[in-house]
Amino acid sequence: MKLSRRGALKRLLAGSAAVFLVPVSALAKWAEKAFNATKLDEAIKLLWPNAKLEKSDKVRLKAPEIAENGAVVPVTIGSDLPNVKSMAIFVEKNPSPLTSKFDLFKDAKPEFSLRIRMGETSKVIAAVETTDGKVYFTEKEVKVTIGGCGG
Amino acid sequence: MGMKVKVKLAGDQAKVKLLIRHPMETGRRKDDSGKIIPAKYIQTLTCHANDELCFESQFGTGVSKDPFLSFTLLNRKAGDKLKFKWVDSTGDSDEKEVVIK
Repeated sequence: MKLSRRGALKRLLAGSAAVFLVPVSALAKWAEKAFNATKLDEAIKLLWPNAKLEKSDKVRLKAPEIAENGAVVPVTIGSDLPNVKSMAIFVEKNPSPLTSKFDLFKDAKPEFSLRIRMGETSKVIAAVETTDGKVYFTEKEVKVTIGGCGG
Repeated sequence: MGMKVKVKLAGDQAKVKLLIRHPMETGRRKDDSGKIIPAKYIQTLTCHANDELCFESQFGTGVSKDPFLSFTLLNRKAGDKLKFKWVDSTGDSDEKEVVIK
């Protein structure tokens, strides 16, 4: 094949454009739609559009039976699954059910503890996405004495 | 606002406790005069070890005021450099670096 100087230049430019299309950073954009969803099912679907959820004892959720102060509810999400890609904690009856999501990259153990807000007594759902695209979850009812969503 | 980090090395696992001073305003709360307090909450928090991304967390309004996070980083040793950075819904951010002892 004969290459004119112009043709070669064009190809070169096309090649470098393709390189620029590859994301520079692995960082995810804040999942605005999922965080703004007001229904649990909707939030899960927006976070993992194609996943079928499966209940599993390989997802651990530590949360109190009774939370006296809904403004500060300590929870731990953990998993024994070997190929965890991301994890998320939902509170079904919160104005925005998705509280937090963790994307794991390198050397992060799939276990996180944090403090979340709960407006009222609700189911708390811990969900784990594996690298093969499956999502496993476990849930626990937490009774809230004083709600903590402010207002 | 500020960040406090505690790291304890146990074998090759670094157990990290992170406390961030931040109001985590939901945008649903009212002040004493009945005016809505505008939303201001942390949306992303990244953790790097020796400049490699370990995890990124995303928060919504359901995370408590002054977020506290504890987690474990694998394959760590003394001298490793950990870096944490958060960005909130108003674009404010803060970062902190610590070296594992």
